[in-house]
Amino acid sequence: MKDLLVRAYRTIESVRGPLVLVRGIREASLGEMVTLELENGQKRAGQVIELHGTYATIQVFGSTEKISPASTVVHFREEEASINLSPLILGRAFSGGGEPMDGGGPIAPVVKRGISGAAINPIRRDVPRDFIQTGISSIDGMNTLVRGQKLPIFSGAGLPANEIASHIISHAKVLREDDAFAIVFAGMGITSVEAEFFNKTFEMSGAIGHSVVFMNLADDPVVERLLTPRFALTVAEYLAFDLGMHVLAVLSDMTHYCNALREVSSSREEIPGRRGYPGYMYTDFASLYERAGRIKGLKGSVTQMPILTMPDDDITHPIADLTGYITEGQIVLDRALHRKGIFPPINVLPSLSRLMGLGIGEGKTREDHRQWSDQLYMCYARGMEQRRVAAIIGEESLGDTERSYLRFSDEFEKTFINQRNETRPMEETLRAGWELLSSMPEQELIRISREMISKYLPRGKEGK
Amino acid sequence: MTNTPRISGISGPTITAELMRGCFMHEVVRVGWEKLLGEIIRIDGDLAVIQVYEETLGLKIGDPVERTGELLSVELGPGLLGGIFDGIQRPLPSLYERWGDYISKGAIVPRLDKIRKWRFTPVAKAGDRVEGGTVLGTVEETPAITHRIMVPPCVSGTIAAINSGEFTIAEPVAELDDGTRITMRQRWNIREPRPTAERLGFNVPMLTGQRILDTLFPVAEGGSAIIPGGFGTGKTVLEQTIAKFAAASVIIYIGCGERGNEMSDVLHQFPLLSDPYTGRPLMERTILIANTSNMPVAAREASIYTGMAMAEYYRDMGLRVALMADSTSRWAEALREISSRLEEMPGEEGYPTYLASRLAAFYERAGRFRCLGRKEEVGAITVIGAISPPGGDFSEPVTQASMRTASTFWALDYDLAYQRHFPAINWRTSYSLVAPNLSRWFAENAATDWGAMVEEANAILQREEELADIAKVVGIDAMGEKERVEMELARLIREGYLRQSSTHPTDAFCSQVRQTKLLAMFLDYARTVSSAVHKGCPLETVLRAPMVEALLRAREMPEDGLDAELQSLREEVRAYFGKGWA
Repeated sequence: MKDLLVRAYRTIESVRGPLVLVRGIREASLGEMVTLELENGQKRAGQVIELHGTYATIQVFGSTEKISPASTVVHFREEEASINLSPLILGRAFSGGGEPMDGGGPIAPVVKRGISGAAINPIRRDVPRDFIQTGISSIDGMNTLVRGQKLPIFSGAGLPANEIASHIISHAKVLREDDAFAIVFAGMGITSVEAEFFNKTFEMSGAIGHSVVFMNLADDPVVERLLTPRFALTVAEYLAFDLGMHVLAVLSDMTHYCNALREVSSSREEIPGRRGYPGYMYTDFASLYERAGRIKGLKGSVTQMPILTMPDDDITHPIADLTGYITEGQIVLDRALHRKGIFPPINVLPSLSRLMGLGIGEGKTREDHRQWSDQLYMCYARGMEQRRVAAIIGEESLGDTERSYLRFSDEFEKTFINQRNETRPMEETLRAGWELLSSMPEQELIRISREMISKYLPRGKEGK
Repeated sequence: MTNTPRISGISGPTITAELMRGCFMHEVVRVGWEKLLGEIIRIDGDLAVIQVYEETLGLKIGDPVERTGELLSVELGPGLLGGIFDGIQRPLPSLYERWGDYISKGAIVPRLDKIRKWRFTPVAKAGDRVEGGTVLGTVEETPAITHRIMVPPCVSGTIAAINSGEFTIAEPVAELDDGTRITMRQRWNIREPRPTAERLGFNVPMLTGQRILDTLFPVAEGGSAIIPGGFGTGKTVLEQTIAKFAAASVIIYIGCGERGNEMSDVLHQFPLLSDPYTGRPLMERTILIANTSNMPVAAREASIYTGMAMAEYYRDMGLRVALMADSTSRWAEALREISSRLEEMPGEEGYPTYLASRLAAFYERAGRFRCLGRKEEVGAITVIGAISPPGGDFSEPVTQASMRTASTFWALDYDLAYQRHFPAINWRTSYSLVAPNLSRWFAENAATDWGAMVEEANAILQREEELADIAKVVGIDAMGEKERVEMELARLIREGYLRQSSTHPTDAFCSQVRQTKLLAMFLDYARTVSSAVHKGCPLETVLRAPMVEALLRAREMPEDGLDAELQSLREEVRAYFGKGWA
């Protein structure tokens, strides 16, 4: 019976923004993929996003130019958005819509999977606990990244988030080197210059053989961006949980993704939430970001590093805000540090890694790591406070202790955060921190136990 | 086929069904061939709008909808404790056994173990007159908790027969003279509060073992507290810490729309934790509800009610229950999402206009009550709700609506969190409206002059705030010596008393006795120093006092020998300041 059902319709009722309303539908399912065939034979992809009676609302990936109620035929494909997967996918490059872009032809599937993903049963999640060394002191020391974590970079226009991501792609190391490692990259609305930059990174670092790239460029269809990260994460999950690899997924730039989400939402005449973004943006984010982690009994892991641009450097902007509520911390870039020529310009105060505690300490990094970083945080925060005070009353009016905090924070930025293109192993990062702490009066080091102080504090100068 | 209810519209997690004549509001339905769980939230002629508790991708127009004639309910009985459920009470371990590592659709699994037998020991006997709440017998649910099998509310009569022995939850343990059979299992509509005999006032604190909370902003047993804080200010850690250490018999922890990895950390940690009061595994008296942010939105909305109904059930046994909800903002967002799918007119920031009344109704389910059918017994539910205000801005609707109903307000602060001062509770903006009701308890159980001690500590902190403003303008060096001493004393209280490490073995939990000792020590020190300064002791002497470091580390001293340590510290202080200024 089913074969006789009409699966192609020439009944477009309306076209509005990226949305097409088709009437007279007898059988269609939510999320089903469709092909729109234009009069000139051109094809566009679309997806059913709402069904009502015999009407189906379709969001079109690509331009709606030349789509016409009179002549365009809509084919319902009886499948959800999916991707062919096989180990041979490593080293390949795709468009943001999942089409091979490297001339290598289609992937012969070992499995084919829907890209929407399912929630991991919380009891099957394994606790992330393997330290990843990025070679960046302000991350390794202060906001440690662990396997299976999702740690975004909050950037601002013109700040070097891509350079930091590139540094991490090139230098990230884990303690056990024998594990297979892969990188999945989803570019959303990025410029061709940025795309080129990342391609170079993959080539130079030798990562290209174990990377999979999805690129939706700034001039590619906007709505396609909604699919790009889902393709990438489906590949990441396949590599991690079917093939046992440790995958770093870099998603750049989430801000462009959100704008696509907003565009579709406003075309649907939905009631907008904050700044015009839809009320379900949190849930939508969760369906992406939560696709990171580890599963009990399986070898691999998916670590996510989304990059987003905070409009006007505003961390309370809904994109940054909702991201921060789902991800396990954030690395925040700072314009003032960038202007001072500090690289990477990471402001450690609002930065955070929630899973840090699981990845550090004896046997992982070093026993003193937690106390050491708490102390650095305290000294830097106090120093920054003194910098504000000094701006009002002048440095000479500060007390001795206050001045030592002020000097600490200056040195901390210059020698600890700032590392240009140097890659610092963990021991080097710890050493640099202790060096700075040794400049402080010892009674101020209250976040570190005496035992650790006597073991690790360098005593170059006269003791107390 | 043509006259049976079927799907006529699909929009995200809400669907419309036609031919639904005869259905009622909040009726549970099964949607599509996979029998997804749904609940009717609007009726229009023979059309019903249904919110679906599972992923709706793949549903089709014309798919069948099946009515159940029931309300969305929880199953209550032995076997809840130690359980890990999703937002609609499906045990996550059973979902795993049935479907593997990922949550699949339409998974119908028993909510409580139907095969396991429990030893039922009757306490009532044939011929007894019973009503809703009467205890029929007991079951050792876990070594920590004796589960009392009660007559369900709205049932009464005379016991015709009562059994003793091993039963499953579905087998009757008693029969009334009208033929009503009573099993160890009850079903209860999650959105309806379970009845009690009488609401009582607040006069006992629910101690949390956290100094800043118990000392400055105590929450009453049966009260409610909210923890608003931007991301990274430590809400979740604080909720988890309270769950570990709260002085309550049963802990219900609801991870409502939170992170999967954090939830897995809870699921991993809790079974390893031992009860600070009894030393038994904490899970023996804990129920976890995990509905992470990527699990269906509607189930997130239901999760806090599922947890609350369970809490009320244990309260009815005469137990003290602490319910943690992390985070109520995620619940409110689920409400907003569903409301917007219904095309309801939005109120503030897109939230439905009934947000405040729903929140109030939820928090009102907290309280101390006389138990139904057993007026001599008291049970309590204390609710601790985390709030995630966008941008850390407390003027948003969820925080504001919660503030109107919750009696205790623990405000988390970015500046403190940036300095890694945890718990990052801002002592200037937080408050506890029930503190006056609890003063008698503290006077009797902590110290006779506890109220005065707290006031003294507050005054020191308050003074620092005034002085800090001046210091910002004129510089610390330009401040008078007396003022600088006052600031130093406040610093000691902040660093040595209000700060508390959630990971340090001794510091993580601070008993009331220990709090009294530590606070007394700091106040003693403050008095000694103030009087020495009054008599001319110079500032340098105060700032360089060698025992300051020991004072700041006192919170980490092991319980054994604490008294002796504090005593010797006290003598050291006296000796140091005794040189001419005592």
